[in-house]
Amino acid sequence: MRDFRRTFFFLALSLLIPFSLRAQVTSQRILHAADEPQNWLTYSGSYASQRYSPLNQVDAANVKNLELKWVFQAQSLQKFETTPLVVDGIMYLTQSPNDIIAVDAKTGRAFWVYHYAPSPQARPCCGIVNRGVAILGDTLFMATVDAHLVAVDAKTGHAIWNVKLAEPAAGYAMTMAPLVVKDKVIVGVAGGEFGVRGFISAFDSETGKQAWRFDTIPSPDQAGHESWREGDWQHGGGAVWMTGSYDPDLNLVYWGTGNPGPDWNPAQRPGDNLYSDCVLALNPDTGKMKWYFQFTPHDPYDYDSVQVPVLVNANWKGTPSKLMMWGNRNGFFYVLDRATGKFLDGHPFVKVNWASGLDANGRPITTPQPAGEPTFPGIQGGTNWYSPSYSPRTGLFYLPAWENYSTIFTGIDTDFHEGQRFTGGANTAPIPGAENPVGARQGPVNVYTEALGSGAVIAIDPATGEKKWKFDMHDVNTGGILTTASDLLFNGGREGYFQALDARTGALLWKQNLGGEIIAGPMSYRVDGKQYITIAAGNNLFTFALRE
Amino acid sequence: MKLCRLSLIVLSQCAILCAVFAFCGSEVQAQGQDRAPVYFPADIQYGAQIFASQCTACHGENGDLIPGVNFRAGQFKRVISDNDLRLTITTGVPGTAMQPFTFGASELTGIVAYLRNMSTFDTRNLMLGNKTRGQTLFEGVGKCATCHAVNGKGPRVAPDLGDIGTIRTADLLHRTLLDPAGAMLPVSRYVHAVTRDGKTINGRRLNEDTYTVQLIDEQEHMLSLTKADLRDYSVVKTTSMPSYKDKFSAQELADLEAYLLSLKGVK
Repeated sequence: MRDFRRTFFFLALSLLIPFSLRAQVTSQRILHAADEPQNWLTYSGSYASQRYSPLNQVDAANVKNLELKWVFQAQSLQKFETTPLVVDGIMYLTQSPNDIIAVDAKTGRAFWVYHYAPSPQARPCCGIVNRGVAILGDTLFMATVDAHLVAVDAKTGHAIWNVKLAEPAAGYAMTMAPLVVKDKVIVGVAGGEFGVRGFISAFDSETGKQAWRFDTIPSPDQAGHESWREGDWQHGGGAVWMTGSYDPDLNLVYWGTGNPGPDWNPAQRPGDNLYSDCVLALNPDTGKMKWYFQFTPHDPYDYDSVQVPVLVNANWKGTPSKLMMWGNRNGFFYVLDRATGKFLDGHPFVKVNWASGLDANGRPITTPQPAGEPTFPGIQGGTNWYSPSYSPRTGLFYLPAWENYSTIFTGIDTDFHEGQRFTGGANTAPIPGAENPVGARQGPVNVYTEALGSGAVIAIDPATGEKKWKFDMHDVNTGGILTTASDLLFNGGREGYFQALDARTGALLWKQNLGGEIIAGPMSYRVDGKQYITIAAGNNLFTFALRE
Repeated sequence: MKLCRLSLIVLSQCAILCAVFAFCGSEVQAQGQDRAPVYFPADIQYGAQIFASQCTACHGENGDLIPGVNFRAGQFKRVISDNDLRLTITTGVPGTAMQPFTFGASELTGIVAYLRNMSTFDTRNLMLGNKTRGQTLFEGVGKCATCHAVNGKGPRVAPDLGDIGTIRTADLLHRTLLDPAGAMLPVSRYVHAVTRDGKTINGRRLNEDTYTVQLIDEQEHMLSLTKADLRDYSVVKTTSMPSYKDKFSAQELADLEAYLLSLKGVK
């Protein structure tokens, strides 16, 4: 009897072990995120950052039957930019300033709230926002607006460690969701409007100890420093404020960098201003750079290149290739070889007049506009940080766009004072007296966009750079894009509609007015056999699924 | 009531509100703008009037009575950007006679524009308006009141101007009177719609999105139209509001603008 009990005990234990291990989000699980489409394990859904869900329960025929399943109301009136993670039925979302909330992904009911009070010295340029967390094992990682990285127990919401990366009073902040690669947590710092010197850092996920740091603006002993004049590099910007991507085969992480400082007065910083407005390919173990590609050398327009790098394995000119696709704020869509950083192709996707095109190396052929004349695209860009998507089924790249939108830039000599805005001039709308459109709507009435620009979802054929289709929106498009294995595309913009389009044709299939601007990326997951789709809008997080 | 030179703004607060830009810390010249230092004549003029009534008691006509502060020379103690200037005016400086002022956005724009241009602005060129004469023009030969209401009194064909003095700068009001179509906010444009059953709707747009448009029609009905239900839809980029460029003299324009700037809403 005792032997039977012992045998039964070990049999039961052996059955339980896989479940307990299952609860741990190992780096292997993140590597193979596509094998568990019910979950959403990273900010962009996978290391390739295609923001593509392999789920297909909701399709073109039944999408009209989507209904609201639950709402989470944020305890904040700040912009709501989170993309939640979902792990085995538990959703982890963030709300301003730096709270993490674990909720039942089926009902939206909370398990716990972790509250972090950032320093009052924090001064993020463009809102006290956070875009999400990363997970490894049973630990969540959050970057904070006062430039800390905190580790939190995913089961209890209690802090495990907390490290300070930089001085918030100097303008350093963090708003991105971190990227976990192997045993490291990788983040970058924002602050490009305060003349910070940007960097990317990796931390040991267990201890919080810094493993490496890569400065995006090189000091005199580093390669690339020759692109700066004398001491300009010390407040040269190059902030990193969106989540990167990872190619495990090449063992490279990819990060976009922001504008040089000061933003709008290039006369104050002669040279290409490396590594501002670049994509950087770094070894995630050491932080060593393998290659870089600069989209907008010597940028006068604040064309941050922080967009999420989209990694695609596909044929290029008939050869299987490791590609990187990039819809840049400067108005051009790029295809790069992500093994080498070689420029393969590039085309404008909105009206562009600051450059007549790209040369054979991808360098812009600049056509600066006369003083007082509008530059297209304007300061918010042809697109901005909002996540694009790539569907391996359609082979199309999708991005949210600001169309026919321009700004008059004026550079002004500006002294650097630590912690103060260091933008070097001004940007004004081409309509006299009209406010320049900002990233966020100030109220429910759309006041300016007809004369100052409009929005769109644009589908691009990466092989040619041509637009396959375009879905026009009256107001600008500030939301990310999700595509699914049923060839649906989900997106919403500043006017607050959440829409499902046919990813092959751009036809509208379903829409819902959520009553608040969408400045976040949609995501999808499955619990108990039901597919859910989640999006933040206004100050709420909405989750939809098919009617029973 | 005829308002005398440099006294357009109510003077009652002048004696008790002393604008003292005496900040602690080292002297910093006015520089390091993070917004465009683009200042318009109408704003500068409006600011000169406010300055005369609100600020001169402490700062003096030339803005140089406070030690270490000289507006005409661009010398401040801590202010660097225009935003700093606005903040100091609206929050005051604790421990000094500089009290917080409750100026609206238009007034702040004017004051900042004037302070930044004191060295070159000649107050002898001030074209001072008289708001009472302006109101007479508004309700009389200007025919403004045939379309615009003020605080709910009047038609709704055009926007109610009861708080226009707080939401539009002096410069923008000036340009609107000269070029109404070019300066009006796009959202306020008229729209023309024809429904599928042939009904024509004209009205002033209140809001619009990809799928719908909200408007107040010529009969003052609030309507929300679904674009998919319309046979024809267009935004009219002209306006029935006339330009006053050749209708009014410079003095009459100044009077009308003075009246409009005095409209600060129901408090």
